[in-house]
Amino acid sequence: MGAAYNLARWLVHNDHDAEDVVQEAYLRAFKFFSGYYGGDGRAWLLTIVRNTCYAWLKKNRLLRLAEPIEDNVAEAGLDFADPERLFIQSVDSEKIRWALLELPVDFREVVVMREMEGLSYKEIANIVDTPIGTVMSRLARGRKRLQTLLSKTMGKEAGI
Amino acid sequence: MSCQHTDELIHGHLDGELELVKSLEIERHLSACAVCTKNYERLRRLRSALGETTLRYLPSDRLEERLRSALRQESKPERNRTIFQPRWLVAAASLVLAFIVIWIVGRSLVKPDSGDLLAQEIVASHVRSMMADHLTDVSSSNQHTVKPWFDGKLDFSPPVKDLSQQGFILTGGRLDYIGNRPVAAMVYQRGQHPINLFVWPATGSANSTETVAVRQGYNLVRWTNGGMTYWAVSELNLPELQQFAQLLR
Repeated sequence: MGAAYNLARWLVHNDHDAEDVVQEAYLRAFKFFSGYYGGDGRAWLLTIVRNTCYAWLKKNRLLRLAEPIEDNVAEAGLDFADPERLFIQSVDSEKIRWALLELPVDFREVVVMREMEGLSYKEIANIVDTPIGTVMSRLARGRKRLQTLLSKTMGKEAGI
Repeated sequence: MSCQHTDELIHGHLDGELELVKSLEIERHLSACAVCTKNYERLRRLRSALGETTLRYLPSDRLEERLRSALRQESKPERNRTIFQPRWLVAAASLVLAFIVIWIVGRSLVKPDSGDLLAQEIVASHVRSMMADHLTDVSSSNQHTVKPWFDGKLDFSPPVKDLSQQGFILTGGRLDYIGNRPVAAMVYQRGQHPINLFVWPATGSANSTETVAVRQGYNLVRWTNGGMTYWAVSELNLPELQQFAQLLR
């Protein structure tokens, strides 16, 4: 249930809606239990949670997905070669939270599932219903964009 | 491995999702390339920052309780809704009723009643008796010859009447099979017209008057008398056949 709530909370932005979404997802999971053909029960549940979140976001016109052009612009600002970034260790987790929320939903969800829930590329690919290669590229672009956002707010000392 | 290639695969390497050979190639490149090594270090730091537990949202206690009661509620009406809801019962019942009505109406339209079936059998037997040149098993105009002939061949003794005075000449008798039972068939002759008179024990004891019917140009007269059911069939005209029936009663 923790993974379900965490994912929902990251996708819909607030406690109240996240709880509603999780409840709806659980009820759906209960109703369509016949659609569960064994395998990873957590991944199956997360798939339903994710779909419920997307439905909620669409209904509330909050669904913001990454656009290829926007993506390229964001990544262009990144300077890989700045040596000073290496040395600062501590990172303000609230700023990371903010940066993560800045990500388009389709990038944010793979980062959350990978970094917080420790899901494999294959599991994420199943939940998001895309090829594994797409998961890897979204993860890469999501991370790069996080780096860009964080280096903008924290300055060069962030080291991320 | 080039820097660009490394950049593409570095995330897989970081997540431990690359196959061993590729990972080793990346390790080799990283050990030789300062730029990619820095990039890798930054990504690792980002990873550990994202993996911090404070970022992970924890569900409140009340959510778990809420889910439990929601699922409880769902599982109860679910059962009621799918099987026992009156609406569905009514729909199912009326569907069943409709089928029964259609079936009954259809049957009555398609399938003739038993009397009709019997009439059909009687006519068929009459026609067959003349076609196969097998009108009689015992040929005799003597009722005292015909009647005993049936003894031991049937589980009943058919009454045999001599009507030669009235112009209906007994020509013989034969065994037949009508309505799933062996029956007596007496053959009379009126002029050129043979009459088949089928007799078997009636199901009820009540006598009934004659009922007439016409099938395929043959006239039929049916009646019950003295515990026997009689069917007379012939191409003879109906008034004369009815007269024949009257004489037998």
